[in-house]
Amino acid sequence: MVEGFALTGQSVAFFLISLFVIACGVMVLSLRKVIYMAIALGGVFIGLAGIYILLEAEFLAFIQVLLYAGAITIMLLFAIMLTRHDDVDAEEKITAHPVWSAIGAAAIGLIVLYVLKFSGVRWPEPIESPWAGKNNVNLIGESLFSQYVVPFELVSVVIIVALVGAITLANTGEEEK
Amino acid sequence: MLTLEQFLTLAAILFSIGLYGALTKKNIIIVLVSVEMMLSAVNINLLAFSRYGFVPSINGQVFTLFAMVIAACEVAVGLAILISLYRNRNTTDVRDQDLMKW
Repeated sequence: MVEGFALTGQSVAFFLISLFVIACGVMVLSLRKVIYMAIALGGVFIGLAGIYILLEAEFLAFIQVLLYAGAITIMLLFAIMLTRHDDVDAEEKITAHPVWSAIGAAAIGLIVLYVLKFSGVRWPEPIESPWAGKNNVNLIGESLFSQYVVPFELVSVVIIVALVGAITLANTGEEEK
Repeated sequence: MLTLEQFLTLAAILFSIGLYGALTKKNIIIVLVSVEMMLSAVNINLLAFSRYGFVPSINGQVFTLFAMVIAACEVAVGLAILISLYRNRNTTDVRDQDLMKW
């Protein structure tokens, strides 16, 4: 296996997409207007779809664009518009709270990176695609409707209950009069 | 060729960004957004292990599919609770949601 980073098309694409994802993530944290934050989140989700394609999960990449970048981002925008959409993060004097949060988040990130790089775990060597020449949608469909058919039905029930519950929660109940 | 560690590193960075946002942001919607980013980082990990892990198999992708469905449910219910809270208390600030604070 190659030492260091070989400059192939895959790795160049990976680094560009990672840079895009992390830049959009930082923008979610640093932008001042709430509506811009939600749009930056759409950028994160679209970049993640690219990462999924690099991981040879094409079906999930399409689902990611449809469900996250399409539905969830638009739903968040609707929620922002329905509440106080001119909201900006108020400029306040720094208390200990964001500092401790930054320390905690950075500590968790650094611990994971340490485990990844320096703990002596022998990660598996990169292999050729285990699904070469097979259709990704076919593979997922066969697995979903044979091995995972009971969880599939359960998750259908969960999503119906969640959506009905969401409508019930957000309902004002005024039309019953 | 890409390695497992590259994907795990990206997921760790994204998870830390989401964690910081969930802990510091004032607006409830942005806290929900940050939680979604953390969930996406976990999805990257599942997919990376299903492709580059010790036992490559399609199960990781099926599991990610389930995680996505549950995340969609979570956003729907979370936004409904948010709309209800906004109607009753007229604020989206996390620090004002202290009805159950002891």
